[in-house]
Amino acid sequence: MAGNSDLDVAYVARLARIKLTEDEAKIFQKQLDDVLTYAEKLRKVDVTGVDTAAHALPVFNVFRDDTPRNWFTAEQALTNAPRQANGLFVVPKVVE
Amino acid sequence: MTGNDLAALSIADLQSLLRRREVSPREVIDALRERIEAVDGDIGAYLSLGIEAAMKEAEHANVDLPLGGVPIAIKDIINVMDQPCTCASKILNGYRAPYDATVVQKLRAAGAIPFGKTNLDEFAMGSSTENSALKSTRNPWDLSRVPGGSSGGSAAAVAGDEAFGALGSDTGGSIRQPAALCGVVGLKPTYGRVSRFGLVAFASSLDQIGPVTKTVRDAAVIMNAIAGRDPQDSTSLNELVPDYVASLGNDLRGVRLGVPKEYMIEGIDPQVRAAIDAAVKQLNSLGAEIIEVSLPNTQYAVAVYYIIATAEASANLARFDGVRYGYRAENPKDVLDLYGRTREEGFGPEVKRRIILGTYVLSSGYYDAYYLRAQKVRELIRRDFASAFEKVDALISPTSPVAAFKLGERVADPLQMYLADIFTIAANLAGICGISIPCGFAELDGHRLPIGLQLLGKPLDEARILQIAHAYEQSTDWHKARPPIAAKMV
Repeated sequence: MAGNSDLDVAYVARLARIKLTEDEAKIFQKQLDDVLTYAEKLRKVDVTGVDTAAHALPVFNVFRDDTPRNWFTAEQALTNAPRQANGLFVVPKVVE
Repeated sequence: MTGNDLAALSIADLQSLLRRREVSPREVIDALRERIEAVDGDIGAYLSLGIEAAMKEAEHANVDLPLGGVPIAIKDIINVMDQPCTCASKILNGYRAPYDATVVQKLRAAGAIPFGKTNLDEFAMGSSTENSALKSTRNPWDLSRVPGGSSGGSAAAVAGDEAFGALGSDTGGSIRQPAALCGVVGLKPTYGRVSRFGLVAFASSLDQIGPVTKTVRDAAVIMNAIAGRDPQDSTSLNELVPDYVASLGNDLRGVRLGVPKEYMIEGIDPQVRAAIDAAVKQLNSLGAEIIEVSLPNTQYAVAVYYIIATAEASANLARFDGVRYGYRAENPKDVLDLYGRTREEGFGPEVKRRIILGTYVLSSGYYDAYYLRAQKVRELIRRDFASAFEKVDALISPTSPVAAFKLGERVADPLQMYLADIFTIAANLAGICGISIPCGFAELDGHRLPIGLQLLGKPLDEARILQIAHAYEQSTDWHKARPPIAAKMV
Protein backbone atom coordinates (compact mmCIF):
# COMPACT_ATOMS: atom_id res chain seq x y z
CA MET A 1 0.00 0.00 0.00
CA ALA A 2 1.03 3.58 -0.52
CA GLY A 3 2.85 5.54 2.18
CA ASN A 4 2.82 9.33 2.61
CA SER A 5 2.90 9.94 -1.15
CA ASP A 6 0.35 8.70 -3.70
CA LEU A 7 2.90 6.29 -5.09
CA ASP A 8 1.88 2.62 -4.86
CA VAL A 9 5.17 0.86 -5.59
CA ALA A 10 3.67 -2.58 -6.20
CA TYR A 11 1.22 -1.18 -8.77
CA VAL A 12 3.77 0.99 -10.62
CA ALA A 13 6.26 -1.89 -10.69
CA ARG A 14 3.66 -3.92 -12.59
CA LEU A 15 3.27 -1.06 -15.09
CA ALA A 16 7.06 -1.01 -15.50
CA ARG A 17 7.13 -4.80 -16.01
CA ILE A 18 9.31 -5.46 -13.00
CA LYS A 19 8.40 -8.23 -10.55
CA LEU A 20 9.16 -7.33 -6.94
CA THR A 21 9.16 -9.41 -3.78
CA GLU A 22 6.97 -8.07 -0.96
CA ASP A 23 10.05 -7.14 1.04
CA GLU A 24 11.55 -5.22 -1.88
CA ALA A 25 8.26 -3.39 -2.44
CA LYS A 26 8.16 -2.40 1.22
CA ILE A 27 11.73 -1.03 1.23
CA PHE A 28 11.28 0.82 -2.08
CA GLN A 29 8.00 2.31 -0.82
CA LYS A 30 9.75 3.92 2.14
CA GLN A 31 12.78 5.06 0.10
CA LEU A 32 10.75 6.51 -2.77
CA ASP A 33 8.31 8.18 -0.36
CA ASP A 34 11.35 9.98 1.06
CA VAL A 35 12.47 11.06 -2.41
CA LEU A 36 8.98 12.29 -3.35
CA THR A 37 8.68 14.15 -0.05
CA TYR A 38 12.00 15.83 -0.84
CA ALA A 39 10.66 16.71 -4.32
CA GLU A 40 7.67 18.48 -2.71
CA LYS A 41 9.83 21.60 -2.61
CA LEU A 42 9.20 22.07 -6.34
CA ARG A 43 5.59 22.97 -5.54
CA LYS A 44 6.81 26.21 -3.97
CA VAL A 45 8.37 27.45 -7.19
CA ASP A 46 6.41 29.99 -9.21
CA VAL A 47 6.45 28.62 -12.74
CA THR A 48 3.70 30.83 -14.17
CA GLY A 49 4.46 31.64 -17.78
CA VAL A 50 7.61 29.48 -17.84
CA ASP A 51 8.04 27.24 -20.86
CA THR A 52 9.37 23.74 -20.37
CA ALA A 53 13.13 23.54 -20.58
CA ALA A 54 14.91 24.39 -23.78
CA HIS A 55 18.42 23.12 -24.26
CA ALA A 56 21.33 25.47 -23.90
CA LEU A 57 21.78 25.32 -27.68
CA PRO A 58 18.49 24.02 -29.03
CA VAL A 59 18.50 22.33 -32.43
CA PHE A 60 15.42 21.43 -34.42
CA ASN A 61 14.54 19.22 -37.36
CA VAL A 62 17.84 17.42 -37.68
CA PHE A 63 17.76 15.40 -40.85
CA ARG A 64 20.32 13.44 -42.74
CA ASP A 65 20.32 12.41 -46.36
CA ASP A 66 18.09 9.45 -47.05
CA THR A 67 20.80 7.33 -48.60
CA PRO A 68 20.95 3.58 -48.15
CA ARG A 69 24.07 2.23 -46.47
CA ASN A 70 25.27 -1.01 -45.02
CA TRP A 71 24.40 -1.74 -41.44
CA PHE A 72 23.89 -4.92 -39.45
CA THR A 73 22.86 -8.01 -41.31
CA ALA A 74 20.07 -10.03 -39.68
CA GLU A 75 22.73 -12.48 -38.61
CA GLN A 76 24.81 -9.79 -36.87
CA ALA A 77 21.72 -8.34 -35.21
CA LEU A 78 20.92 -11.76 -33.78
CA THR A 79 24.39 -12.50 -32.38
CA ASN A 80 23.37 -11.36 -28.90
CA ALA A 81 19.86 -12.87 -28.88
CA PRO A 82 19.15 -15.17 -25.91
CA ARG A 83 17.03 -17.35 -28.26
CA GLN A 84 16.71 -17.29 -32.03
CA ALA A 85 15.56 -19.45 -34.89
CA ASN A 86 15.22 -19.00 -38.66
CA GLY A 87 16.77 -15.54 -38.54
CA LEU A 88 14.21 -14.35 -35.95
CA PHE A 89 14.06 -13.62 -32.21
CA VAL A 90 12.13 -16.32 -30.35
CA VAL A 91 9.63 -15.21 -27.68
CA PRO A 92 6.78 -16.95 -25.85
CA LYS A 93 3.47 -16.97 -27.71
CA VAL A 94 1.88 -13.49 -27.50
CA VAL A 95 -1.46 -14.01 -29.29
CA GLU A 96 -3.60 -17.11 -28.71
CA MET B 1 62.47 3.30 -16.45
CA THR B 2 60.49 0.74 -14.42
CA GLY B 3 56.99 -0.41 -15.37
CA ASN B 4 55.68 1.63 -12.45
CA ASP B 5 57.38 4.80 -13.69
CA LEU B 6 55.99 4.20 -17.16
CA ALA B 7 52.45 3.62 -15.92
CA ALA B 8 52.61 6.82 -13.87
CA LEU B 9 53.19 9.03 -16.93
CA SER B 10 50.70 11.52 -18.28
CA ILE B 11 49.51 11.02 -21.85
CA ALA B 12 51.72 13.92 -22.99
CA ASP B 13 54.86 12.41 -21.40
CA LEU B 14 54.04 8.94 -22.68
CA GLN B 15 53.69 10.37 -26.19
CA SER B 16 57.16 11.96 -26.03
CA LEU B 17 58.65 8.56 -25.20
CA LEU B 18 56.66 6.82 -27.92
CA ARG B 19 57.63 9.39 -30.54
CA ARG B 20 61.30 9.19 -29.62
CA ARG B 21 60.89 5.42 -30.05
CA GLU B 22 62.18 4.90 -26.51
CA VAL B 23 59.25 2.63 -25.81
CA SER B 24 56.97 0.74 -28.18
CA PRO B 25 53.16 0.66 -28.02
CA ARG B 26 53.35 -3.06 -27.19
CA GLU B 27 55.70 -2.38 -24.28
CA VAL B 28 53.26 0.26 -23.05
CA ILE B 29 50.35 -2.21 -23.05
CA ASP B 30 52.57 -4.75 -21.31
CA ALA B 31 53.61 -2.31 -18.61
CA LEU B 32 49.99 -1.34 -18.05
CA ARG B 33 48.90 -4.97 -17.87
CA GLU B 34 51.56 -5.69 -15.26
CA ARG B 35 50.55 -2.64 -13.30
CA ILE B 36 46.90 -3.74 -13.43
CA GLU B 37 47.86 -7.24 -12.28
CA ALA B 38 49.75 -5.73 -9.35
CA VAL B 39 47.13 -3.32 -8.04
CA ASP B 40 43.72 -4.02 -9.52
CA GLY B 41 43.07 -6.79 -7.01
CA ASP B 42 43.03 -3.96 -4.44
CA ILE B 43 41.38 -1.23 -6.53
CA GLY B 44 38.96 -3.19 -8.72
CA ALA B 45 38.73 -0.60 -11.50
CA TYR B 46 38.35 -2.98 -14.45
CA LEU B 47 35.57 -5.33 -15.51
CA SER B 48 37.43 -6.70 -18.55
CA LEU B 49 40.68 -5.95 -20.38
CA GLY B 50 40.69 -7.30 -23.93
CA ILE B 51 44.47 -7.64 -24.00
CA GLU B 52 44.70 -9.61 -27.24
CA ALA B 53 42.79 -7.03 -29.26
CA ALA B 54 44.84 -4.21 -27.73
CA MET B 55 48.13 -5.98 -28.45
CA LYS B 56 47.12 -6.52 -32.03
CA GLU B 57 46.34 -2.83 -32.47
CA ALA B 58 49.58 -1.88 -30.72
CA GLU B 59 51.51 -3.74 -33.40
CA HIS B 60 50.53 -1.33 -36.14
CA ALA B 61 49.93 1.80 -34.07
CA ASN B 62 51.09 5.04 -35.66
CA VAL B 63 52.76 6.92 -32.81
CA ASP B 64 52.84 10.18 -34.74
CA LEU B 65 49.06 10.55 -34.62
CA PRO B 66 47.63 12.85 -31.88
CA LEU B 67 47.03 9.88 -29.53
CA GLY B 68 49.20 7.37 -31.40
CA GLY B 69 49.86 4.24 -29.36
CA VAL B 70 48.19 5.57 -26.22
CA PRO B 71 45.92 3.06 -24.43
CA ILE B 72 42.65 4.60 -23.22
CA ALA B 73 40.31 2.85 -20.77
CA ILE B 74 36.61 2.94 -21.60
CA LYS B 75 33.71 3.03 -19.15
CA ASP B 76 31.81 -0.20 -19.61
CA ILE B 77 28.67 1.58 -20.81
CA ILE B 78 30.31 2.59 -24.12
CA ASN B 79 30.38 0.01 -26.93
CA VAL B 80 33.80 -1.21 -28.08
CA MET B 81 33.53 -3.64 -30.98
CA ASP B 82 33.69 -7.32 -29.95
CA GLN B 83 34.20 -6.46 -26.27
CA PRO B 84 31.63 -6.99 -23.52
CA CYS B 85 29.53 -3.94 -22.58
CA THR B 86 27.97 -4.94 -19.26
CA CYS B 87 26.87 -1.56 -17.90
CA ALA B 88 27.83 -3.34 -14.64
CA SER B 89 24.45 -5.07 -14.84
CA LYS B 90 23.52 -8.73 -14.84
CA ILE B 91 20.96 -7.96 -17.52
CA LEU B 92 23.71 -7.56 -20.14
CA ASN B 93 25.36 -10.83 -19.20
CA GLY B 94 26.98 -12.35 -22.28
CA TYR B 95 26.48 -9.32 -24.52
CA ARG B 96 29.29 -8.40 -26.89
CA ALA B 97 29.26 -5.11 -28.75
CA PRO B 98 28.66 -5.58 -32.49
CA TYR B 99 29.98 -2.07 -33.25
CA ASP B 100 32.19 0.77 -31.99
CA ALA B 101 30.67 3.84 -30.38
CA THR B 102 31.51 7.00 -32.35
CA VAL B 103 33.88 8.18 -29.58
CA VAL B 104 35.75 4.86 -29.81
CA GLN B 105 35.98 5.17 -33.60
CA LYS B 106 37.32 8.69 -33.18
CA LEU B 107 39.87 7.60 -30.56
CA ARG B 108 41.05 4.88 -32.93
CA ALA B 109 41.27 7.40 -35.78
CA ALA B 110 43.51 9.54 -33.54
CA GLY B 111 45.76 6.52 -32.98
CA ALA B 112 44.59 5.58 -29.47
CA ILE B 113 44.14 1.97 -28.40
CA PRO B 114 40.94 1.25 -26.45
CA PHE B 115 42.19 -0.94 -23.61
CA GLY B 116 40.04 -2.18 -20.74
CA LYS B 117 36.43 -1.60 -19.72
CA THR B 118 35.98 0.13 -16.37
CA ASN B 119 33.50 -0.44 -13.57
CA LEU B 120 30.54 1.84 -12.89
CA ASP B 121 27.30 2.04 -10.98
CA GLU B 122 24.81 -0.16 -12.81
CA PHE B 123 23.69 1.77 -15.92
CA ALA B 124 25.58 4.79 -14.51
CA MET B 125 23.00 5.19 -11.74
CA GLY B 126 24.84 6.15 -8.59
CA SER B 127 27.55 8.27 -7.02
CA SER B 128 29.86 5.68 -5.48
CA THR B 129 30.17 2.75 -7.95
CA GLU B 130 28.65 0.61 -5.16
CA ASN B 131 25.64 -0.06 -7.39
CA SER B 132 27.77 -2.17 -9.72
CA ALA B 133 26.24 -5.65 -9.82
CA LEU B 134 29.61 -7.11 -10.81
CA LYS B 135 32.44 -5.69 -8.73
CA SER B 136 33.42 -3.38 -5.92
CA THR B 137 35.82 -0.52 -6.78
CA ARG B 138 37.92 1.15 -4.10
CA ASN B 139 39.46 4.60 -3.88
CA PRO B 140 43.24 4.37 -4.52
CA TRP B 141 43.82 6.99 -1.80
CA ASP B 142 42.08 4.91 0.88
CA LEU B 143 40.89 1.43 0.00
CA SER B 144 38.11 1.58 2.62
CA ARG B 145 36.46 4.44 0.73
CA VAL B 146 34.43 4.79 -2.47
CA PRO B 147 35.95 6.15 -5.70
CA GLY B 148 32.79 8.15 -6.36
CA GLY B 149 30.54 7.39 -9.29
CA SER B 150 29.21 6.52 -11.57
CA SER B 151 32.49 6.57 -13.57
CA GLY B 152 34.32 5.29 -10.47
CA GLY B 153 36.27 2.63 -12.37
CA SER B 154 37.61 5.17 -14.88
CA ALA B 155 38.64 7.63 -12.14
CA ALA B 156 40.19 4.94 -9.91
CA ALA B 157 42.09 3.45 -12.88
CA VAL B 158 43.62 6.82 -13.78
CA ALA B 159 44.37 7.71 -10.13
CA GLY B 160 45.94 4.29 -9.48
CA ASP B 161 48.20 4.54 -12.56
CA GLU B 162 46.24 1.69 -14.18
CA ALA B 163 45.32 3.90 -17.14
CA PHE B 164 46.89 6.94 -18.82
CA GLY B 165 43.44 8.30 -19.50
CA ALA B 166 39.86 7.08 -19.69
CA LEU B 167 36.43 7.91 -21.01
CA GLY B 168 33.51 8.33 -18.65
CA SER B 169 29.93 9.49 -19.01
CA ASP B 170 28.30 12.24 -16.97
CA THR B 171 24.53 12.49 -16.47
CA GLY B 172 24.51 14.35 -13.14
CA GLY B 173 28.18 14.50 -12.19
CA SER B 174 29.36 11.00 -13.03
CA ILE B 175 32.68 12.17 -14.52
CA ARG B 176 33.40 15.17 -12.30
CA GLN B 177 32.48 13.73 -8.88
CA PRO B 178 34.61 10.54 -9.11
CA ALA B 179 37.45 12.60 -10.63
CA ALA B 180 37.26 14.86 -7.56
CA LEU B 181 37.16 11.97 -5.10
CA CYS B 182 40.11 10.21 -6.78
CA GLY B 183 42.25 13.34 -7.33
CA VAL B 184 42.22 13.41 -11.13
CA VAL B 185 40.84 15.64 -13.90
CA GLY B 186 37.33 15.02 -15.28
CA LEU B 187 35.56 17.04 -17.99
CA LYS B 188 31.87 17.01 -18.83
CA PRO B 189 31.47 18.65 -22.23
CA THR B 190 28.51 20.78 -23.29
CA TYR B 191 25.41 18.78 -24.14
CA GLY B 192 25.84 17.94 -27.83
CA ARG B 193 29.61 18.56 -28.00
CA VAL B 194 30.45 14.84 -28.09
CA SER B 195 28.46 12.13 -29.87
CA ARG B 196 26.61 9.62 -27.68
CA PHE B 197 26.16 7.07 -30.45
CA GLY B 198 27.17 3.78 -28.86
CA LEU B 199 26.75 5.04 -25.29
CA VAL B 200 24.02 2.98 -23.60
CA ALA B 201 21.40 5.64 -22.87
CA PHE B 202 20.41 6.45 -19.29
CA ALA B 203 18.88 9.96 -19.45
CA SER B 204 19.03 11.22 -23.01
CA SER B 205 18.57 14.93 -22.30
CA LEU B 206 21.47 14.88 -19.81
CA ASP B 207 24.09 12.26 -20.79
CA GLN B 208 27.49 13.35 -22.14
CA ILE B 209 30.75 11.46 -22.68
CA GLY B 210 34.01 13.04 -21.56
CA PRO B 211 37.64 12.39 -20.54
CA VAL B 212 39.16 11.43 -17.18
CA THR B 213 42.90 12.18 -17.10
CA LYS B 214 45.92 12.96 -14.91
CA THR B 215 46.36 16.48 -16.29
CA VAL B 216 44.27 19.21 -17.90
CA ARG B 217 46.41 19.08 -21.04
CA ASP B 218 45.59 15.39 -21.43
CA ALA B 219 41.88 16.15 -21.17
CA ALA B 220 42.32 18.71 -23.96
CA VAL B 221 44.11 16.15 -26.13
CA ILE B 222 41.25 13.66 -25.75
CA MET B 223 38.67 16.37 -26.41
CA ASN B 224 40.44 17.25 -29.65
CA ALA B 225 39.92 13.63 -30.70
CA ILE B 226 36.30 13.03 -29.63
CA ALA B 227 34.42 16.34 -30.02
CA GLY B 228 32.28 17.21 -33.00
CA ARG B 229 29.17 16.53 -35.00
CA ASP B 230 28.13 12.94 -35.70
CA PRO B 231 25.36 12.14 -38.18
CA GLN B 232 24.54 9.10 -35.98
CA ASP B 233 23.59 11.34 -33.04
CA SER B 234 20.99 13.96 -33.94
CA THR B 235 21.68 15.85 -30.68
CA SER B 236 25.37 16.35 -31.52
CA LEU B 237 26.03 19.96 -32.45
CA ASN B 238 27.22 21.10 -35.85
CA GLU B 239 29.66 23.62 -34.41
CA LEU B 240 33.34 24.20 -35.08
CA VAL B 241 35.67 22.27 -32.75
CA PRO B 242 38.53 24.51 -31.58
CA ASP B 243 42.02 23.19 -30.87
CA TYR B 244 41.68 22.68 -27.12
CA VAL B 245 45.40 22.11 -26.61
CA ALA B 246 46.41 25.28 -28.45
CA SER B 247 44.15 27.39 -26.24
CA LEU B 248 45.86 26.34 -23.01
CA GLY B 249 47.87 29.09 -21.36
CA ASN B 250 48.90 30.41 -17.98
CA ASP B 251 47.66 33.97 -17.99
CA LEU B 252 44.30 34.67 -16.38
CA ARG B 253 44.36 38.45 -16.64
CA GLY B 254 40.97 39.74 -17.72
CA VAL B 255 39.19 36.48 -16.82
CA ARG B 256 36.11 36.96 -14.64
CA LEU B 257 35.22 34.10 -12.31
CA GLY B 258 31.91 33.86 -10.46
CA VAL B 259 31.44 32.33 -7.05
CA PRO B 260 27.76 31.38 -6.69
CA LYS B 261 26.70 32.37 -3.20
CA GLU B 262 24.13 29.55 -3.08
CA TYR B 263 26.91 26.97 -3.42
CA MET B 264 28.55 27.88 -0.13
CA ILE B 265 25.91 25.95 1.77
CA GLU B 266 25.91 24.30 5.16
CA GLY B 267 26.93 20.72 4.85
CA ILE B 268 30.15 21.46 2.99
CA ASP B 269 32.96 19.79 4.85
CA PRO B 270 35.12 22.53 6.46
CA GLN B 271 38.27 21.07 4.86
CA VAL B 272 36.61 21.19 1.43
CA ARG B 273 35.52 24.76 2.01
CA ALA B 274 39.03 25.80 3.08
CA ALA B 275 40.54 24.21 -0.04
CA ILE B 276 38.05 25.98 -2.33
CA ASP B 277 38.65 29.33 -0.59
CA ALA B 278 42.40 28.86 -1.10
CA ALA B 279 41.87 27.95 -4.77
CA VAL B 280 39.78 31.09 -5.30
CA LYS B 281 42.62 33.17 -3.82
CA GLN B 282 45.12 31.38 -6.04
CA LEU B 283 43.05 32.04 -9.18
CA ASN B 284 42.77 35.66 -8.11
CA SER B 285 46.55 35.90 -7.73
CA LEU B 286 46.90 34.55 -11.27
CA GLY B 287 45.01 37.58 -12.50
CA ALA B 288 41.38 36.43 -12.48
CA GLU B 289 38.76 38.80 -11.15
CA ILE B 290 36.48 37.13 -8.58
CA ILE B 291 32.82 38.17 -8.58
CA GLU B 292 29.98 36.90 -6.39
CA VAL B 293 27.01 35.74 -8.45
CA SER B 294 23.62 34.26 -7.66
CA LEU B 295 21.97 31.09 -8.98
CA PRO B 296 18.72 31.42 -7.04
CA ASN B 297 17.15 28.13 -8.14
CA THR B 298 20.09 25.95 -7.09
CA GLN B 299 18.18 24.41 -4.19
CA TYR B 300 15.76 22.76 -6.63
CA ALA B 301 18.33 21.09 -8.88
CA VAL B 302 18.53 17.70 -7.14
CA ALA B 303 14.73 17.32 -7.03
CA VAL B 304 14.38 18.33 -10.69
CA TYR B 305 17.14 15.94 -11.68
CA TYR B 306 15.68 12.90 -9.95
CA ILE B 307 12.35 13.45 -11.67
CA ILE B 308 13.69 14.08 -15.18
CA ALA B 309 16.54 11.54 -15.09
CA THR B 310 14.33 8.74 -13.74
CA ALA B 311 11.56 9.54 -16.23
CA GLU B 312 14.00 9.26 -19.13
CA ALA B 313 15.60 6.15 -17.65
CA SER B 314 12.25 4.40 -17.34
CA ALA B 315 11.77 4.84 -21.09
CA ASN B 316 15.37 4.07 -22.11
CA LEU B 317 15.59 0.91 -20.02
CA ALA B 318 12.34 -0.51 -21.41
CA ARG B 319 14.51 -2.10 -24.12
CA PHE B 320 16.00 -4.56 -21.62
CA ASP B 321 13.29 -7.19 -21.82
CA GLY B 322 15.13 -10.45 -22.46
CA VAL B 323 14.27 -10.58 -26.16
CA ARG B 324 17.11 -9.11 -28.26
CA TYR B 325 20.22 -9.26 -26.09
CA GLY B 326 21.55 -10.05 -22.65
CA TYR B 327 19.95 -12.00 -19.86
CA ARG B 328 16.63 -13.85 -20.23
CA ALA B 329 14.70 -15.49 -17.37
CA GLU B 330 14.34 -19.28 -17.66
CA ASN B 331 11.09 -20.99 -18.70
CA PRO B 332 8.76 -17.99 -18.98
CA LYS B 333 5.10 -19.01 -18.95
CA ASP B 334 4.06 -16.09 -21.15
CA VAL B 335 5.52 -12.87 -22.48
CA LEU B 336 4.62 -10.75 -19.44
CA ASP B 337 6.27 -13.32 -17.21
CA LEU B 338 9.34 -13.14 -19.49
CA TYR B 339 9.56 -9.34 -19.12
CA GLY B 340 8.74 -9.27 -15.40
CA ARG B 341 11.16 -11.96 -14.30
CA THR B 342 13.98 -10.99 -16.70
CA ARG B 343 13.87 -7.47 -15.25
CA GLU B 344 13.44 -8.71 -11.66
CA GLU B 345 16.45 -10.98 -11.93
CA GLY B 346 18.54 -8.79 -14.25
CA PHE B 347 18.30 -5.32 -12.67
CA GLY B 348 19.75 -4.34 -9.29
CA PRO B 349 17.83 -2.37 -6.63
CA GLU B 350 18.85 1.17 -7.65
CA VAL B 351 17.89 0.60 -11.27
CA LYS B 352 14.52 -0.84 -10.22
CA ARG B 353 13.91 2.09 -7.87
CA ARG B 354 14.64 4.61 -10.59
CA ILE B 355 12.53 2.87 -13.22
CA ILE B 356 9.61 2.75 -10.78
CA LEU B 357 10.00 6.42 -9.82
CA GLY B 358 10.34 7.41 -13.48
CA THR B 359 7.29 5.42 -14.49
CA TYR B 360 5.32 7.07 -11.68
CA VAL B 361 6.25 10.68 -12.52
CA LEU B 362 5.26 10.10 -16.15
CA SER B 363 1.99 8.34 -15.31
CA SER B 364 -1.41 9.82 -16.01
CA GLY B 365 -2.53 12.07 -13.14
CA TYR B 366 1.02 12.76 -11.93
CA TYR B 367 2.73 13.91 -15.13
CA ASP B 368 1.79 17.59 -14.66
CA ALA B 369 2.62 17.71 -10.97
CA TYR B 370 6.02 16.09 -11.29
CA TYR B 371 7.49 15.81 -14.79
CA LEU B 372 6.04 18.93 -16.39
CA ARG B 373 6.74 21.07 -13.32
CA ALA B 374 10.30 19.71 -13.13
CA GLN B 375 10.87 20.67 -16.79
CA LYS B 376 9.74 24.22 -16.03
CA VAL B 377 11.98 24.54 -13.00
CA ARG B 378 14.77 23.15 -15.16
CA GLU B 379 14.26 26.09 -17.49
CA LEU B 380 14.58 28.48 -14.52
CA ILE B 381 17.86 26.79 -13.60
CA ARG B 382 19.09 27.18 -17.18
CA ARG B 383 18.19 30.90 -17.08
CA ASP B 384 20.09 31.30 -13.78
CA PHE B 385 23.26 30.17 -15.55
CA ALA B 386 22.57 32.25 -18.65
CA SER B 387 22.30 35.43 -16.60
CA ALA B 388 25.34 34.57 -14.44
CA PHE B 389 27.36 34.08 -17.64
CA GLU B 390 26.49 37.62 -18.72
CA LYS B 391 28.70 38.80 -15.85
CA VAL B 392 31.42 36.14 -15.70
CA ASP B 393 33.39 33.77 -17.95
CA ALA B 394 33.16 30.76 -15.65
CA LEU B 395 31.84 29.71 -12.25
CA ILE B 396 33.80 28.14 -9.36
CA SER B 397 32.53 25.72 -6.74
CA PRO B 398 33.48 22.55 -4.94
CA THR B 399 32.83 19.47 -7.11
CA SER B 400 31.56 17.48 -4.13
CA PRO B 401 30.59 18.82 -0.68
CA VAL B 402 32.68 16.06 0.94
CA ALA B 403 35.79 14.01 0.21
CA ALA B 404 35.45 10.27 -0.47
CA PHE B 405 33.08 8.57 1.97
CA LYS B 406 33.36 5.04 3.38
CA LEU B 407 32.13 2.06 1.39
CA GLY B 408 28.66 1.16 2.67
CA GLU B 409 28.16 4.48 4.46
CA ARG B 410 25.35 5.77 2.25
CA VAL B 411 23.90 2.74 0.46
CA ALA B 412 20.87 2.35 2.73
CA ASP B 413 19.67 5.92 2.12
CA PRO B 414 19.26 6.75 -1.58
CA LEU B 415 18.31 10.36 -0.86
CA GLN B 416 21.59 10.98 1.02
CA MET B 417 23.45 9.43 -1.93
CA TYR B 418 21.57 11.72 -4.36
CA LEU B 419 22.69 14.78 -2.39
CA ALA B 420 26.34 13.87 -3.15
CA ASP B 421 25.71 15.38 -6.61
CA ILE B 422 24.39 18.72 -5.40
CA PHE B 423 27.10 20.83 -7.14
CA THR B 424 27.35 18.87 -10.36
CA ILE B 425 23.74 18.18 -11.32
CA ALA B 426 22.72 21.70 -12.37
CA ALA B 427 25.31 21.74 -15.19
CA ASN B 428 23.64 18.74 -16.81
CA LEU B 429 20.19 20.29 -16.41
CA ALA B 430 21.42 23.50 -18.06
CA GLY B 431 23.47 21.68 -20.72
CA ILE B 432 26.66 23.63 -19.94
CA CYS B 433 30.21 22.27 -19.60
CA GLY B 434 32.17 21.63 -16.41
CA ILE B 435 35.51 20.33 -15.24
CA SER B 436 36.84 19.02 -11.93
CA ILE B 437 40.52 19.38 -11.05
CA PRO B 438 42.48 18.51 -7.89
CA CYS B 439 42.76 21.45 -5.45
CA GLY B 440 43.90 19.98 -2.16
CA PHE B 441 43.44 17.26 0.41
CA ALA B 442 41.29 16.53 3.40
CA GLU B 443 42.86 14.58 6.26
CA LEU B 444 40.54 11.84 7.53
CA ASP B 445 41.51 8.89 9.75
CA GLY B 446 45.17 9.35 8.85
CA HIS B 447 44.51 9.31 5.09
CA ARG B 448 44.92 12.13 2.62
CA LEU B 449 41.78 12.36 0.49
CA PRO B 450 41.64 14.51 -2.66
CA ILE B 451 39.36 17.53 -2.98
CA GLY B 452 38.04 18.68 -6.37
CA LEU B 453 37.52 22.21 -7.68
CA GLN B 454 34.74 22.55 -10.23
CA LEU B 455 34.77 25.14 -13.01
CA LEU B 456 31.55 25.56 -14.99
CA GLY B 457 31.62 27.20 -18.40
CA LYS B 458 29.26 28.62 -20.99
CA PRO B 459 27.80 26.30 -23.61
CA LEU B 460 30.60 25.24 -26.00
CA ASP B 461 33.19 27.13 -23.96
CA GLU B 462 35.27 24.06 -23.05
CA ALA B 463 38.40 25.85 -24.29
CA ARG B 464 37.92 28.55 -21.67
CA ILE B 465 37.45 26.25 -18.66
CA LEU B 466 40.36 24.09 -19.84
CA GLN B 467 42.49 27.22 -20.06
CA ILE B 468 41.56 28.35 -16.53
CA ALA B 469 41.97 24.82 -15.14
CA HIS B 470 45.36 24.49 -16.81
CA ALA B 471 46.61 27.82 -15.46
CA TYR B 472 45.52 26.84 -11.94
CA GLU B 473 46.99 23.34 -12.22
CA GLN B 474 50.35 24.61 -13.46
CA SER B 475 50.57 27.00 -10.52
CA THR B 476 50.01 24.21 -7.95
CA ASP B 477 51.40 20.76 -7.19
CA TRP B 478 48.14 18.96 -6.40
CA HIS B 479 48.08 17.00 -9.66
CA LYS B 480 51.58 15.66 -8.96
CA ALA B 481 50.58 13.95 -5.70
CA ARG B 482 50.25 10.17 -6.00
CA PRO B 483 48.16 7.87 -3.79
CA PRO B 484 50.00 5.47 -1.44
CA ILE B 485 49.20 2.54 -3.74
CA ALA B 486 51.27 4.19 -6.51
CA ALA B 487 54.37 2.99 -4.65
CA LYS B 488 53.21 -0.64 -4.70
CA MET B 489 55.74 -2.34 -6.93
CA VAL B 490 54.91 -4.23 -10.06
